[in-house]
Amino acid sequence: MDFNSIVTNGLQAFVGLDAVYFALLAIGLNIHFGYAGLLNFGQVGFAAVGAYGVAMSVTTFHLPFAVGVAIGLLAGVALALLLGLPTLRLRADYLAIATIAASEILRLCFRSVALSKWTGGSDGLNQFANTFANLNPFTPGAKYGFGPFVFSAPDTWSLLVGWTLVGLCVLLVFLLMRSPWGRVLKAIREDEDAARSLGKNVYWYKMQALILGGVIGSLGGMFDAAQTQSVQPDNYGTTITFFAYAVLILGGAARVLGPVLGAMIFWFLLSITETVLGQLVSNGYITFITSSQAGKVRFMLVGLGLILLMVFRPQGIFGNRREIALDAR
Amino acid sequence: MLRSLPRPRLIRHLIAAALVATAGFVLVATAPAAHAAGEGLLGRVTVDSQPVANVSITVTKKGGGQVGTAKTGPDGRFTIGLPGSGDYTATVDPRSFPSGVKLLDPKGGSHTVPVSSDGTRFVIFPLTAGKQLGTAGGGGGQSNKHQPVRALQLLLEGIRFGLIIAITAIGLSLIYGTTGLTNFAHGELVTFGAVVAWELNSRFGLQLIVATILAVIIGGVAGGLNERLLWRPLRKRGTGLIAMLVISIGLSILARYLIQVFYSDRSHAYTDYGNQTARDYGPVNLTDKDLSSIVLSLLVLVGVALLLQRSRIGKAMRAVADNRDLASASGINVDRVVLVVWIMGGALAAFGGVLYGLSDQVNWEMGFRLLLLMFAGITLGGLGTAYGALVGSLLVGVIVQMSTLVIAPELKNVGGLLILIIILIVRPSGILGSRTRVG
Repeated sequence: MDFNSIVTNGLQAFVGLDAVYFALLAIGLNIHFGYAGLLNFGQVGFAAVGAYGVAMSVTTFHLPFAVGVAIGLLAGVALALLLGLPTLRLRADYLAIATIAASEILRLCFRSVALSKWTGGSDGLNQFANTFANLNPFTPGAKYGFGPFVFSAPDTWSLLVGWTLVGLCVLLVFLLMRSPWGRVLKAIREDEDAARSLGKNVYWYKMQALILGGVIGSLGGMFDAAQTQSVQPDNYGTTITFFAYAVLILGGAARVLGPVLGAMIFWFLLSITETVLGQLVSNGYITFITSSQAGKVRFMLVGLGLILLMVFRPQGIFGNRREIALDAR
Repeated sequence: MLRSLPRPRLIRHLIAAALVATAGFVLVATAPAAHAAGEGLLGRVTVDSQPVANVSITVTKKGGGQVGTAKTGPDGRFTIGLPGSGDYTATVDPRSFPSGVKLLDPKGGSHTVPVSSDGTRFVIFPLTAGKQLGTAGGGGGQSNKHQPVRALQLLLEGIRFGLIIAITAIGLSLIYGTTGLTNFAHGELVTFGAVVAWELNSRFGLQLIVATILAVIIGGVAGGLNERLLWRPLRKRGTGLIAMLVISIGLSILARYLIQVFYSDRSHAYTDYGNQTARDYGPVNLTDKDLSSIVLSLLVLVGVALLLQRSRIGKAMRAVADNRDLASASGINVDRVVLVVWIMGGALAAFGGVLYGLSDQVNWEMGFRLLLLMFAGITLGGLGTAYGALVGSLLVGVIVQMSTLVIAPELKNVGGLLILIIILIVRPSGILGSRTRVG
């Protein structure tokens, strides 16, 4: 066993690019699920429209990158309106089914041959974020960081931008949730009818929450797409949404920093289990599975973790049990 | 959903994991030593989603000459090492195709992809034994038939598919009706049944009919264990419905990847009834197995309907689904009824899984793909009712198949899912559901 590489990989994943992506997705979900009590199971759909918004603007329509980012964000707003207008009046589980279906519709459309002229079909689109890469102030080829946290120049640049975005979103959520707006949202989560009887437009507040969380999800999708310089439809499957839920519940829903810490711990744990399992298999300690099967074990662990968390500690690591409304209508 | 195709990030992880494992290498994103992996082009050639061996692929560099050639292995995959970063074009040689097979997209014979330093790219060449894309309507293959005849054929296929959805969805709907649980792990009961039957059929050499009977029994036991080991204790703890919904998602992920690890990430067909040619029945044609699938599903559904209508336990199920508290107050043992519902749901899901596997091959995520259509069916019919699930699922199956008259076949599920959303907007209580407040 090479403990050095286990720890190094784990710590790099702790602050890594995946952690940024999922922190952004989960911050969005936190507004939906944690604060407004909306069961949005189509968060990956928001990431997909953000990513494809940028990618298609630049590659297909030859617009500048910055315009692409704006289009990606607007696409997130549009998707929220499209989903929310009909479904926000429905019961929680209906919203869950409708949103998960919508995210699958988006994925199937993005990967269809019929639309591949614009979307690149199942191959997706590439090399649309050169503007983002060219803004990189770090010297190519050099390494940056300290201790175990050493990253290449492109990764350092992406991480800097990514964690700045996460910081800004966290700040936004923090300020919003201590404002009157946030208190109304939590009141709706606790008792929709009580909020309505006080003259609050419940439907419109839910819609605003859906839009805000969705746009943060789109931002996450855009960040991931810009940093990998690629969008591929099958990277936007429902599993991503479920992972984001696992991240949120692990960290603690309805906590400002819950999703961020959740994402960091989630990827730290995944990295550790993956490296340890990989080493055990390649060193012959485990013989009943192959190394490619070991890669699947982490998905199983996510599923198991989600079950155990919901059963034994639904408030997550940092959450407050009284704050989470898991018994929505 | 993560498909069986490796994702770039996954490849990166795998390469990194391999490096770490073999050399005790401290992972640094683009260290020169990582060139052990080097630039490469991976890919896969498939006919109607099945791998094809011995297809020739040529890779040329943009502005340069030929870089390499490869033939696909038995799994339809090929790997070509590249000399460095740049734009590469992979071209598939149509002369190496098996006879009767064409490119799915007539223009899809070559892909040009940029490969970054130390990167690997994945390209896919879908082929088809049937109709090429973009030739819908008049031209080529099956569509030589007149439009009304084709519609009739699709209607028949839709009924077959709809009956499969119905068989699997009745359990899901009754579970929702009796316990309020939206069970996202129901698709895995379908996959489980299909996989168990496949293992018995292929590994242990049991005839498929025997294997199916055993798989249905095992599926019923699995359903019952679900209830006894997980959901009943959770209900006793007073776990909320939303929490249970999230738990069912966790269970779904866990079960799906368990199945993938212990079954396979590829699709397999049963050893029996594989190569059947369609018989003509007037204007339409059907293979014997499709006909049997329709007849068997109808028999099972009539059986379920009789059970619900006539038997004591069936009446009790409908009573609990209708009003749990009232049923309990009138002396019905709700826990027992729920257990029977789960056993029945598991058995029906397994049976539906075998039928689905017979027509579309057995795959580790087949149930999850079916799940959203099941939801569409039971929402259309009216959530929580048994007959609503039947009618709604049948309609969804027909609509999904018949939508290929106007849209590309690859988008047919989009049609089914759009119905789901439209129904939720227009009449969320469904066709047969009572007009209770749902919002």
